[in-house]
Amino acid sequence: MRKPASAIAVHGILILYTALALFPIILVIMNSFKARKAIFGAPLALPTPSTFSLIGYDKVFGDSSIVSYYLNSITATGGTIFFTLLFGAMAAWALTEYKFRWNTLLTLFLAVGIMVPIRLGSVAIIQLIVELNLINTLTALILVYTAQNLPLSIFILSEFIAQIPKDLREAGRCDGLSEYSIFFYIVLPLIRPAMATVAVFTMIPVWNDLWFPLLLAPTGGKQTITLGIQQFLGQYITDWNAVLSALSTAIIPVLILYVVFSRQLIRGLTSGAVK
Amino acid sequence: MADAKAGAGNAIVGMGRGSYAMLLVFFLGPAVVIYTVFSIYPLLATIFNSLYLRQPDGAYIFNGLGNFQTLLTDTTWSAPFWNAFRNNCYFFLIHMLVQNPIGLALAAMLSLPRLRFRATYRTLIFMPTMLSVVIIGFTWQLILSPLWGISKMFLNAFGLGFLFAPWLGQESTALITVSLISVWQFVGIPMILIYTALLAIPEELIDAATVDGLNQFQAFIWVKLPLIFPTIGLVSVLTFVNNFNAFDLIYAMKGALAGPNFSADIMGTLFYRTFFGNQLQLGDLSMGSTIATMMFLIILIGIMCYLFLIQRRMQRYSF
Repeated sequence: MRKPASAIAVHGILILYTALALFPIILVIMNSFKARKAIFGAPLALPTPSTFSLIGYDKVFGDSSIVSYYLNSITATGGTIFFTLLFGAMAAWALTEYKFRWNTLLTLFLAVGIMVPIRLGSVAIIQLIVELNLINTLTALILVYTAQNLPLSIFILSEFIAQIPKDLREAGRCDGLSEYSIFFYIVLPLIRPAMATVAVFTMIPVWNDLWFPLLLAPTGGKQTITLGIQQFLGQYITDWNAVLSALSTAIIPVLILYVVFSRQLIRGLTSGAVK
Repeated sequence: MADAKAGAGNAIVGMGRGSYAMLLVFFLGPAVVIYTVFSIYPLLATIFNSLYLRQPDGAYIFNGLGNFQTLLTDTTWSAPFWNAFRNNCYFFLIHMLVQNPIGLALAAMLSLPRLRFRATYRTLIFMPTMLSVVIIGFTWQLILSPLWGISKMFLNAFGLGFLFAPWLGQESTALITVSLISVWQFVGIPMILIYTALLAIPEELIDAATVDGLNQFQAFIWVKLPLIFPTIGLVSVLTFVNNFNAFDLIYAMKGALAGPNFSADIMGTLFYRTFFGNQLQLGDLSMGSTIATMMFLIILIGIMCYLFLIQRRMQRYSF
């Protein structure tokens, strides 16, 4: 960037692209705070005291079960993150620390799930969930999402566990700690940063997923927020206030989380996929 | 295998065989069971299902590869299948030709030395990628809607108002419009992956190139681009897998019937329609599984191509 002219050109292009990326999002959020007339009359104007209105939000939070859909999403995502991290870290520990007969084979077996999308097994997943009597439950979602996210989480956590100095574990063994204590009291606290990374990028796709909520928990009040919003939008398609507010209701929390966690997320994306 | 067994002794001194097995079961059991039951078993069972055919009395009989023959040759099945496959290829092609080059260009600009506000640009451009496809789909539906008129207003501002058309509603433009919306949303992924790869290139290489008289652009083309070839390969295979597995955006924007006269139908929506049924047909477990198995094969072929053609060749470039 020696010449100022090319620096300006690069900034110009980046600013234009950033505007293109943000424009639709800002447009929706901005108009969700306006009265119907202003939405159509001056869509590009910011809400002013005379055009400001929360009527759409009243509808979203009044007429529907959006709040309980949020709780469903939080439960499903939280449960998935918990089990993915716990079982993933346990398996990663065993695969890196203990050399047993089927180690390599098991690692390969688990690696299949990194590349092959679990969605392709949906027909049998539904049959299984029906058989287990778990249809329209969040348990079904947590189980499937955990299975979906375990392979990559094991893969990433293994790399971090392998970097823990051997002395630390050996010291624990010399002090007479059991293998279980070594894992839970020495290893687990040490891989917390890696677990944060895995948690953040498990969270986003699970929160945003439409497919499995649609298949496994489409009715009965156990809809996730993504599916709930989709169904809500289908019902209120002509009520622009309600549609724009419903969209904003779904966008804003994710944006806040994203801004808070963006560093972990981008680190996670790169460490997960490039290696 | 033999030395692996010997290694087992080293790992745990003074632990009995039984308690060592217990230890492995405790640590590996939950992950392996959940993964096997809810991921590997369903995949295998789906392939297995595709070999059976439902009889009028509700029983399933073994049909060998008959379902595949029906899918590929019987016109009631093959016409929608090839239509979805062709559309999916276009969907993928548009991502390869638009999304990945834009991602590459953005990454190249972001990785320029001494660029200010780098992190801000990166965070903001990546933002749409974070949002649910459902949200993105509806948002663009509103923006492109002739009712709201936002896009017409924009075109008018440039004197291009006559170009406006209900792009999502027209058979000839629905697929390309949906594809471009998907590109808009996911351009962040190639951008971030390529950006990270570019940052990993040692500074000295670029310094050496610029000392030799190359400008930033030439240094990018002749020095950096060959070095990030493996990442571009990875981005391509990820795009392939995601595209041939896509569903959410088309379903959110166009419903299960995928647009005017199936013009935006892809493998994912065809699979959903076939398995669950819709206004036009009853749900069919066997044919649904057959389509899922075809998707599995297509994705497998893509991954194999990557592993054999690109992964192998990239050894030469690694440093």
